[in-house]
Amino acid sequence: MTNQHRYLPTTDQDRKEMLETIGVSSIKDLFSDIPESTRATKDKAIDLEDALSEQALTRYMKELAAKNTTTESHAYFLGAGVYDHYSPSIVNHVLLRSEFMTAYTPYQPEASQGELQALFEFQTMMCELTGMDVANSSLYDGFTSLGEACNLATSATKKQNVLYSKALHPQAKEVIHTYAYGMEYSVKEVGLNGTRTDMDELKSAIDEDTAAVIIQYPNFFGTIEDLKEIKSLLEDTKGILIVMANPLALALLEAPGKLGADIVVGDTQPFGIPMSFGGPHCGYFAVKKKYMRKVPSRIVGQTTDKDGKRGFVMTLQTREQHIRREKATSNMSSNQALLALGTSVFLAAVGKVGLQEMAQQNLNHAHYVKKELADKGLTVLSDNDFFNEFVVKLDRPFNEVTDQLLDHHIVGGFDVSEALNEEHAMLLCVTEKRTKEEMDQLVSLLAGEGK
Amino acid sequence: MTAVYNDLLFEISRPGRKGYSLPESSVEKTALTDVLPEHLIREEAAELPELSELQVMRHYTGLSNKNFGIETGFYPLGSCTMKYNPKVNEDIARYSGFAQIHPFQPAKTAQGALELMYRLEENLKEVTGMDAISLQPAAGAQGEWAGLLIFKAYHEANGEGEQRRKILVPDSAHGTNPASAVVAGYDVVEIKSNEQGRVGIDALKAAVGPDTAGLMLTNPNTLGLFEVDIVEIAEIVHEAGGLLYYDGANANAILGKSTPGEMGFDVVHLNLHKSFSTPHGGGGPGSGPIGVKDYLKAFMPSPRIEKEGDTYRVTTDHPQSIGRVKGYFGNFGVNVRAYAYIRSMGAEGLQQVSEDAVLHANYLKARLEPYYDTPYSSHCKHEFVLSGVRQKKLGVRTLDIAKRLLDYGFYAPTVYFPLIVEECLMIEPTETEAKEQLDAFADAMIEIAEDAEKNPDTVTGAPFTKAVKRLDEVTAARKPVVTYQRS
Amino acid sequence: MTDKTKLYFTEEHEWVELINDDYVRVGISDYAVEQLGDIVFVELPELSTELEAEDEFATVESVKSTSEIYSPVKGTVSKVNSDLEDEPEKLNEAPFGEGWLIEIQSSEPVDVSGLMDASAYDEYVSGL
Repeated sequence: MTNQHRYLPTTDQDRKEMLETIGVSSIKDLFSDIPESTRATKDKAIDLEDALSEQALTRYMKELAAKNTTTESHAYFLGAGVYDHYSPSIVNHVLLRSEFMTAYTPYQPEASQGELQALFEFQTMMCELTGMDVANSSLYDGFTSLGEACNLATSATKKQNVLYSKALHPQAKEVIHTYAYGMEYSVKEVGLNGTRTDMDELKSAIDEDTAAVIIQYPNFFGTIEDLKEIKSLLEDTKGILIVMANPLALALLEAPGKLGADIVVGDTQPFGIPMSFGGPHCGYFAVKKKYMRKVPSRIVGQTTDKDGKRGFVMTLQTREQHIRREKATSNMSSNQALLALGTSVFLAAVGKVGLQEMAQQNLNHAHYVKKELADKGLTVLSDNDFFNEFVVKLDRPFNEVTDQLLDHHIVGGFDVSEALNEEHAMLLCVTEKRTKEEMDQLVSLLAGEGK
Repeated sequence: MTAVYNDLLFEISRPGRKGYSLPESSVEKTALTDVLPEHLIREEAAELPELSELQVMRHYTGLSNKNFGIETGFYPLGSCTMKYNPKVNEDIARYSGFAQIHPFQPAKTAQGALELMYRLEENLKEVTGMDAISLQPAAGAQGEWAGLLIFKAYHEANGEGEQRRKILVPDSAHGTNPASAVVAGYDVVEIKSNEQGRVGIDALKAAVGPDTAGLMLTNPNTLGLFEVDIVEIAEIVHEAGGLLYYDGANANAILGKSTPGEMGFDVVHLNLHKSFSTPHGGGGPGSGPIGVKDYLKAFMPSPRIEKEGDTYRVTTDHPQSIGRVKGYFGNFGVNVRAYAYIRSMGAEGLQQVSEDAVLHANYLKARLEPYYDTPYSSHCKHEFVLSGVRQKKLGVRTLDIAKRLLDYGFYAPTVYFPLIVEECLMIEPTETEAKEQLDAFADAMIEIAEDAEKNPDTVTGAPFTKAVKRLDEVTAARKPVVTYQRS
Repeated sequence: MTDKTKLYFTEEHEWVELINDDYVRVGISDYAVEQLGDIVFVELPELSTELEAEDEFATVESVKSTSEIYSPVKGTVSKVNSDLEDEPEKLNEAPFGEGWLIEIQSSEPVDVSGLMDASAYDEYVSGL
């Protein structure tokens, strides 16, 4: 066997010819600029495991993968920001097309029209769902989108305080605290009334220094917050309303844009993107026209070529870091274009009616499980205004229940006991994928039957 | 010429069509009106398209035919490392044990995922010469930002947070460097490059002081040149009390040859979507892990992965941490691909990667030197810059050269960057291109240089063979149309 | 169209037209516009903004660059050319006319002695 690696085409003969053209005698001459004291040597070489053949690699990776519990063997009632949803097979097939998958950011629009158009369609569909005017072509994830929204809000309003509801995703809170640490503004939590934002507390917390109020829709506990009422609290202030929305729920819920949101962010993971242990997912970022020129990252615009034919380009680029450098308000460079494409394929296949049907199935399933649990005497901490997640109070310690569920090939919900200051509180999620049998089994196990 | 597909999803939609089949559902319906006040129920459905499955596939196949990826042809985009993205890594990332797992499922049911992350961290420690790695940052820019927040937390812990407010950035740096410094709350001081295209020691000495938080450096830099004075640079910054940040965008040039740790850097990021072969996806997803030296470990993003005996745990108790920069564990799916790549290459393979990448760049440079201005004559690392000044005098701009390359079946190099080179073309061939490919590209560049003299119209009018001709970016920016306008 | 010869210029290529002793109109020169290329967006200050001399008051953007514009005089912004919001191309077409940027009310007579007149400015530009 030769040493030639399957990914490297250059042979010893090629090397010899190239070195000759360059006019050096050995490859070492091309690395002589690295100071000797920092060079790798035999004693100071990097130490990695030996290279694997393709077969050995896949065998090894399958072993690692097999150590994980997956949706193939278990019914997941776990959501809390990442969801096990149906995804049409074609989503993956489109993503595997190398013209999309292996391209870079579309710097040369004439050779990137396919992706640019797909992102333009993505922007359009995100605006449709959120009821906003302008959407970018995606960001890292929902939480970083939210962080960027906070930076936008403090810079646009020149105010220094951001308020968020305690009913915001705990990791979203952590991320915006990090953003605030960077840009040096303050973030403050507003407490709960049951599983929803405490309106009285929010009202008294809003003042003339408020840059923004952040509300999750539906909120982290699944409850659907009244955005209209929250917006009314911001009247007569310069503070803006940032909504972090589950885009699937928006098929049934009034668009945040119609209820007064200034910025709507979130993650399109429910739209055909695998859970993948939490990433990569796809943040979206949509605003009212007023904030168009303050949006972070790439925006695609429609234009014409010199023959008058429709085409697409990255536009409003002066917002971006590569032009504005130290004057930029965001450092975002890459986005999640491939997953924005996946989102678009999903939405194109599922479509206008299908998305409503799918959202309705989620609503039906979650409310069915809630009703059954209540009928069996368990306490449900959520009111009835929830989408596909709600909180139930278990009658036993959380981990005991989780382990029992695992024994029956069920992955249980998320522990919100501490967040709600209740014992054994479980946030359950029931998507369209869950069958009646799975739901009934969950209910029976949670109710303590069939131990 | 065959007709080019040119429809939007919304233009081919027709009410009643569908491209999905939802799971069967037998539970009773919940009426929205029973659970929600009227004003929170959607009044008008979102205008999404309605299409059959084949229509959707044909639409996106039509679009993909108007797009250029690495498998379409040579992609010499400087500082982007457009190397081959191995197919088997796509298979692996799609194993249900990696793709169909939830970040909140109990750690004992996700040991394989945690083990993979732990092992990748160990590998990246070796490659970078650092003491600890966090896989959380989603991309290079986020790694930079996280790294600078670590600087900030470190200086604050030393009681120098108020005093050290400045980040030094060379004028050849990527735009993300100064922007990341700003969103980390820092002021930016630009360091002028010297005539050799490197950080000038005098300029650096003049800039450092008690207000210096640190220096950000790409090495080799964006001109493709290794900072030969790196040891002295590190000493100067450290003596002034500052820290050094390594922008790993160009790490493909030094794999197995040296490490940022050896060079004296305190924090590094790597772009796994560049040096470690994960696909760029048309702009993302990427992954930008950061590495730090021991004395900065306490400030790293939380959570972290730890190993106890044979068990892997997620730990969150890190009181000095800068906090979380992204959801869950970072772009896990991208990290799976990068780990598969490292395991496919091994240490020797990675070293060969860098040797061939550097060889290819120098070879192309040697072939093109007679035809284009080369502002810096020394040998380059994995990329090099040309200047189109000679052609500009003939009325052919670098942008024209870039567009003409598209007609030859290549993507264009990075153009007009770095900013310090006039009419700049920045070329990075990578190690995965065969010599014949490099020669074909060199031949095309030479022909374009000749055409710039003899037939400038063939260059300035390009491209002629793409789905569209040159696009009106001025109108796009003056009167932005950023969503489909229904008539 | 304002007569260029009646204007005063800064080295940063802003122009000043004395409408009254203490009231000026401000724009950027034909040379500046030519350097910027096709202008796609102009960001103007809010009315009543207080400006010191040399304060940044506007941003002019082309497709791939952005330039800050600095106030040549001290005073209060009393008018902005809001037509530029929808038609930034006016700045390319008539930098001394419809492409003006703002008007400033000063609390005292404006001193133009530090500025160049049109011929001095033309000479300055030809030396760049």
